[in-house]
Amino acid sequence: MSNITDLKLFDLVEKIKKKDLSSKEVTEAFIQRSQKSKKLNTYITENFEDALKNAKKFDDKPDFNKKLPGIPLAVKDLFCTNNIRTTAGSKILENFIPTYESTVTQNILNEGGIIIGKLNCDEFAMGSSNETSYFGNVQNPISENLVPGGSSGGSSSSLAAKLTPATIGTDTGGSIRQPASFTGTVGLKPTYGSCSRYGIVAFASSLDQAGPMTQDVKDCALLFQVMSSYDNKDSTSVEFNRGNYLKDLNDNIKGKKIGIPKQYRVDGMPKEIDELWDKGIKIIESNGGEIVEISLPNTNYALPAYYIVAPAEASSNLARYDGVKYGFRSKGINLIDMYEKTRSEGFGDEVKRRIMIGTYVLSSGYYDAYYLKAQKVRRLIKNDFDEAYKKVDAILTPSTPSSAFKIGEKTNDPVSMYLNDIFTVPINLAGLPAISIPAGHDNKGYPLGLQIIGKAFNEQNILNIAYSIEKNINFKNNINDWWIN
Amino acid sequence: MTIDLKTVKHISKLSRISIDDNKAKKLSDDLNSIFKFIEKLNELDTKEIEPLTSIAETNLKLRKDEIKSKNIREDILKNSPEDNKDFFVVPKVVE
Repeated sequence: MSNITDLKLFDLVEKIKKKDLSSKEVTEAFIQRSQKSKKLNTYITENFEDALKNAKKFDDKPDFNKKLPGIPLAVKDLFCTNNIRTTAGSKILENFIPTYESTVTQNILNEGGIIIGKLNCDEFAMGSSNETSYFGNVQNPISENLVPGGSSGGSSSSLAAKLTPATIGTDTGGSIRQPASFTGTVGLKPTYGSCSRYGIVAFASSLDQAGPMTQDVKDCALLFQVMSSYDNKDSTSVEFNRGNYLKDLNDNIKGKKIGIPKQYRVDGMPKEIDELWDKGIKIIESNGGEIVEISLPNTNYALPAYYIVAPAEASSNLARYDGVKYGFRSKGINLIDMYEKTRSEGFGDEVKRRIMIGTYVLSSGYYDAYYLKAQKVRRLIKNDFDEAYKKVDAILTPSTPSSAFKIGEKTNDPVSMYLNDIFTVPINLAGLPAISIPAGHDNKGYPLGLQIIGKAFNEQNILNIAYSIEKNINFKNNINDWWIN
Repeated sequence: MTIDLKTVKHISKLSRISIDDNKAKKLSDDLNSIFKFIEKLNELDTKEIEPLTSIAETNLKLRKDEIKSKNIREDILKNSPEDNKDFFVVPKVVE
C-alpha cells in the first residue's frame, strides 16, 4: 500500500470505516511526518500526545457513522480550541489557553475529528504571505524561500506537504483562496453566514468566514459539510437548509452559464494566468457550460474600500487586547501607560498599521469621508454581482494576479502586498462563496489557481463546477521532500 | 491629504499604541502610501448610494435573556495577567 499520508481525506475516511486502517495508524503517520517538518515552520502548537490518546480512544470505541471517523486534522491557530493554546500568530496571545471551543472545531470534534495541532498564520490573519506572524514565516513546500500565501499560510503549507490530510482556514479578503492557489491545493470561502464565527479570533467581523482547505474538490465538499451549521452563538449565522454537499457533488454542468468578467484581465498579469483562464473557459465549454461575458465595473474600487472597512472593524475588534483580562501585559507607570505599552509591544507592525488606519477612518471628522464612503462603494460592488447573477449562474476568474513570491520580496511595500488580493477581496465585500482550485503552473513551476464565484448560499453549484474542471485539468503538484529533516 | 507626524501621534494616542519617534516617520510614510491608494474611491460619485453596513441585512434575532453559563469565575480569570482570585488587578487608577 502507498504511504498513509499520500491518501486523500475521503479515502482515509473510507479505509477507517472498512477497518483497513485504524485511527491510531493514520494519526501516527501524519504526526511522524509533521515531526520532520520543522523547516516549514507550520506548527505554532503541537497537540501530538493528546491526539494519539484521542485516536486510541476512537479505536477502542469506534463510531463509523461519523463523517470524520478518527481523522487527524491540524487547524489554523485562529480557531479557539478548549485547553489548547490559541495565539492568532500574535505575541499578545502567546500564552492564551481558551476555556471554550469554536463552533467550527466543535463540529469537527463532534464528527470524530482529532486535532493534532495549531497552524501558523499571519498575525490576526492580517497578511498575504504569513510573514507578519510573531512565530516566524512559513516555507512553501513547493520551493525553498517561497511564501505559502496568507493569512492561512501554515494551513496551506501543511496541507501541500501532507502533514495533515485536510485543514481549515479563515478568509477575510482571500486568506483561504490565495494560499490554496500558491500551494496547488483547494480552498473554499463559504457564503457569509454559512460557517459560525463563534470562537474564531475576530479580524473584520462583516467579512470573516471560515472554510475548508483540501487536496481536491471531493474532500472539500466533505469537510465543508462538517463545518457549516446554524449557530445561535453567532448573531450573523444564517439558518437555511444546508443540503448534502458531498452526496450532491457531480460534474454535470450542462447548460450552466458561467460569467467571465472583463475587468479581471489586469495589466501586467503573467501570460500563463491568461492562458490558464482560457483553458478553464475551454473546459467549461467542452463540458456543456455556456460562457457569457459580464461586467463588474467597480472591481477596481474593491481593494481601496476593503482597506477602509477591514481596518476599521479590526481597530474595534482589537480594542479588547489591553493587557487586563487575558494576553500579554507590559508594565506601565499608570493604567493608560500600561495599555499603550502592552499594545505597542504586543502587536506587530502590520497589525499596528491596520489598527491605526482603522482608528483614523473612524475618528471624528473623517468618518463620512472614509468609512461611510467605503460602505457605499461596498454596496456598488455587491450591486455589480447582483446584476451579473441575473445573466449567469457562476463566475470564473484567476485566483491571484501572480504565483507565489519569494519571502521578503514584498514586505517593505504594504500596497504591493495588498494587491495580491485584488481578485479575492470583492467576493468578501459581497459576502459570496468562492472556491480556488489548482489549475496549472507558471514558467517557474509554481502552481496557479482558478476561482469560481457563486451566488449566495449556492456552494453546491461552485463545488460542482470546480469538480467538473478538476476532472479535465489533471493538475499534479510538483512537491519533493526537500524540507524533511 | 497627507498624514504628518503630528497626526500619527494623534492616531497613536487614540489607538492606545505608543509609537517612538523613529518608528513614527516610517509609519507616516506607510500610511501616506496606503491613503493615496485608498483615495481612488473619490473618483466615484456615491451621493445617492445607501451604505452597506453588513451583508446579513436581516433583523438580528432576539433571544431570551437568560444565564447559560454558571460558576465560570475560574475560567474567566484563568488567562488574566494578574488577578487576586476574585478580580482582575490593574495599576492603581484612583489616588
